[in-house]
Amino acid sequence: MSALAHMGGGGAPATAMPPKEPSGRSWLPYLLLLPGVLWLLVFFIYPLAQLFAVSLYSDYPDYPGYYYQDVNWHNYVRALTDFLPHFGRSMLYAGLATFFAFVLAYPLAYAMAFKAGKWRGIMMILVIAPFFTSFILRTIAWRQILADEGPVAWVLEHLHLLSFMPNGRITETWVAVVAGLTYNFLPFMVLPIYASLERADPRVIEAGGDLYANGFTTFRTVTLPMSMPGVIAGTLLTFIPAAGDYVNAELLGSDTGTKMVGNVIESQFFKVLGGYPIAAALSFSLMALILAMVFLYVRRYGTEELL
Amino acid sequence: MARNGRSVSGFREAKGDLRLENVTKAFADFTAVDDLSLVVPRGSFFALLGPSGCGKTTTLRMVAGLDQPTAGRILVGETDLTGSRPYERPVNTVFQSYALFPHLTIRDNVAFGPKRRGEANAASLAEDALALVQMTHLGGRKPAQLSGGQQQRVAVARALVNRPEVLLLDEPLGALDLKLRRQMQVELKRIQTEVGLTFIHVTHDQEEAMTMADTVAVMNRGRIEQMGPPVQMYDLPKTAFVANFVGQSNLGQGHITGRDADFLIADVQGSTVRIPARRSSVESGAVTFGVRPEKVSVKRTRPEGTGNDVRGTVLDVSFIGVATQYLVRLPSGTVWSAYEQNLDLEPMDLRPGDEVWLTWNPGHAFGVGPDPDAVQAAEAAKVGAGE
Repeated sequence: MSALAHMGGGGAPATAMPPKEPSGRSWLPYLLLLPGVLWLLVFFIYPLAQLFAVSLYSDYPDYPGYYYQDVNWHNYVRALTDFLPHFGRSMLYAGLATFFAFVLAYPLAYAMAFKAGKWRGIMMILVIAPFFTSFILRTIAWRQILADEGPVAWVLEHLHLLSFMPNGRITETWVAVVAGLTYNFLPFMVLPIYASLERADPRVIEAGGDLYANGFTTFRTVTLPMSMPGVIAGTLLTFIPAAGDYVNAELLGSDTGTKMVGNVIESQFFKVLGGYPIAAALSFSLMALILAMVFLYVRRYGTEELL
Repeated sequence: MARNGRSVSGFREAKGDLRLENVTKAFADFTAVDDLSLVVPRGSFFALLGPSGCGKTTTLRMVAGLDQPTAGRILVGETDLTGSRPYERPVNTVFQSYALFPHLTIRDNVAFGPKRRGEANAASLAEDALALVQMTHLGGRKPAQLSGGQQQRVAVARALVNRPEVLLLDEPLGALDLKLRRQMQVELKRIQTEVGLTFIHVTHDQEEAMTMADTVAVMNRGRIEQMGPPVQMYDLPKTAFVANFVGQSNLGQGHITGRDADFLIADVQGSTVRIPARRSSVESGAVTFGVRPEKVSVKRTRPEGTGNDVRGTVLDVSFIGVATQYLVRLPSGTVWSAYEQNLDLEPMDLRPGDEVWLTWNPGHAFGVGPDPDAVQAAEAAKVGAGE
């Protein structure tokens, strides 16, 4: 608190002294922070440093699976050249999933906030209900839904649309991966948008109509900008985990051509002997890439309400 | 100020008086506005006064187009606006909670309306409107950075900038503290005189309605009880509800027993009182007798006179500064109040329990239709205030 006050009043004359802090209990906030700081140190900062160290290890040429401590930046060069398509797919699939989730979530959140009335609670439960089942199980269920003999393929076939799908099928294609990602992260898009719309004063939206904006213009100039904090939070909560996801590509994609960075990290870590440093370098690269994108995105569209 | 440039699709130019013809708004379980008809002359300051739930805000929202009437018509001049959308009407609203756009600067908030109407000089119109409410210096801020009073001014500017035929104000001063409210009342009145637009002001504060409006309409249960200039509303209420809601009244339930020239004679709880015949809404039968507290004098001894007096016991004395308020319990159990201006060099020094006589000039008395509920409410308001 006092630190903030000093920052705010930077260069203020000495006569405007801040009121003296009551002494004695000033250690209390730090004590309350301690468990959280310890937790972060042990379970986040230390493993992160360890991961970074591993990403620079070198392996003994003749003994696969044995490493020595090193500063070997070549791991990063390999990660980014050998697996560039996977990075590209991660960004593309996550981007598509974020876009489709937004298109599906906004009308749903809007209906829940303004039109649902007594159904609002039930709609909320329906949005959250999937969380009561395992993420893996739900994704496996989608295999059945999107299978060659499944209902989606059947409907598309009868609409003569199935031939537009890659290889004339849905399952084991990028379409299935994007569909799975969209489905799995939809609630993370719905809930923040709903929260920001629900908080909006309906009179402000009425004021748009009162000031000569028709329904669409009011939405474009009032409702949507007011819900931007929720839209930004929702896109971040969808894009970030979707970009690092490997379950959807593993269960719904094919063995070649739809793998994402997460799949490579997983296989380098668990399946390839001596893959640890590459897996670590891939993880670090992905993290840096996402951080950079989020930073640019929030700088471009972010509002002070978000942070 | 003429509207230059193109007009937005559907916008209806309309000039003239605002007319509501037999407007009804029924919801599933109650009727908020019940067959309401009124005319608000162009350029006047009109107040809709009433307790919460009386239908005044619903009436306002129907004029704005935010609600549609179940029956009846709303017209400006000869143009029927019934059924049209809010953005098609030459009407703007100052909302109760101001409803400023939180993501826009003050300047952009005010320019919003002109921009939507396709005004080429929206920015300079906005500057003029901000100058009118003395907010030019804060044009670059966001609404959240402004105080309630400042937001209120911006809300007025944002509506006024469009020069609507009718400006609606929905309890715009409700959230302000007393001092600021008084200041804004004067300010709004000044602005209205300056721009000459029709203002419709919805409020539950009778003092606010009286100080600002040319015409006050008192609403109760979806209907207009009485409408007229403030002075007339106060001097001669037509119903017990109005007598009670616009200022305070001493009311008594009674019945008319005869007539003496220009006066009606009535028996009110054992006392004989006189009511000028032209100041009574009823001519015979049951009547609610009323007289305003400041018209009633408190005396230690029975004054010589016409018999317009009643005996009672002082219940409470409160010194207000410019006046002293006495609450007096009459033998019938009714509590009356009387205001005495503190003009005497030696104060009367009355205490609770003292026997006094209340007296008044019969010319000030009025008679309204019987309404036991209102009489009881008047009583409750006084006793509540006195204790």
